[in-house]
Amino acid sequence: MKCRRCTAKAVVQLRGHNSAFCQECFVFFFQRSVGRAIERERMFTRDERVLVAVSGGKDSLALWDALNALGYATEGLYLALGIGEYSVDSQRKVQAYADRSSLPLRVVRLEEEGEGLGVPEAAAFTRREPCAACGTFKRHYFDRAALAGGFAVLATGHNLDDEAARLLGNVLHWQLPYLAKQRPVLTPTHPKFARKVRPLYRTSEYETAAYAFLRGIDYVVAECPNSHGATQLVYKDLLNRLEHSMPGSKLAFVNDFFQQAQPLFAAAPDNDPGECERCGMPARAELCGYCRLVAEIERRRARVVAHS
Amino acid sequence: MEIRLEPQGKQLTLSGRRHVGDLVKSLGLIVGTVLVIRGDQLLTDDEIVEEGDAIEVRAVISGGVR
Repeated sequence: MKCRRCTAKAVVQLRGHNSAFCQECFVFFFQRSVGRAIERERMFTRDERVLVAVSGGKDSLALWDALNALGYATEGLYLALGIGEYSVDSQRKVQAYADRSSLPLRVVRLEEEGEGLGVPEAAAFTRREPCAACGTFKRHYFDRAALAGGFAVLATGHNLDDEAARLLGNVLHWQLPYLAKQRPVLTPTHPKFARKVRPLYRTSEYETAAYAFLRGIDYVVAECPNSHGATQLVYKDLLNRLEHSMPGSKLAFVNDFFQQAQPLFAAAPDNDPGECERCGMPARAELCGYCRLVAEIERRRARVVAHS
Repeated sequence: MEIRLEPQGKQLTLSGRRHVGDLVKSLGLIVGTVLVIRGDQLLTDDEIVEEGDAIEVRAVISGGVR
């Protein structure tokens, strides 16, 4: 198989793009795709500092690497979630990448913040899927870190497969409020929010994995121990089977949604948020999602202690 | 050839010579959901793997809900 650009021996085959690339041309293709997504969606400019949420996985480290290569001013944000060895290994890899690339990194340790709750406590003391609780924690601490650091832009490594799986879930259950908010750029609805952007929304996780490998990025290959059986993995499996039979389906599904359908859902009226009574961050109810979760954990934990 | 499946860390031995795409299918996996790695090289589906090769088959799927 030959590279589409230079006809050298290909090392990456992209069925969805009906293309194959050698190492050098794939790195070029990947970075150009990310750069084009940023420009097309007006995610941020070269004058803005971008806070990049990095987990130690392939997507976020590939994103950070590509943004750095494209000349954007970035700073990494790592949330230590307290998930045992998995979190220890993740932080080690993120720190190693930051050191190697001479990039600034902020580390927020959940056990040292506010309520001192890590993801394992959240998973143990709520009925929610661990990934859902983890997502609530992440959104809250991402927002706080962006606010504390004065960042107007927060970038995450959500890729095409994440967007397609999320879209499938939202459509299967006709989650209209979620469909209204599923966009590659979320404009702040409150002065305490940063603009949230997903520059990899057109880039598959095969591409991010290949890019990370070819760039020599040492990322966490192990799955999060809490993700086993997660609903999103079921959706991804379905979508991968579809993609195998009909290459390009995932990109068309997501791209056509953003181009054609999403604006219709986004037209649904939604009030701007107020502020959480407990933590002061933006909230659409008395408490924000994070504080509601914390209150639930505290309630259930107290019940367990009382019965023991 | 020796096959290492990641992230499971599972090791298995296969005999014979075959295309990478056929190897992936024979492992019950979907092409495009794994990286196939020999040494420091990524392999495309049309490459041949054979006796004596040490191959890593690394899943690219991640996530619960982020």
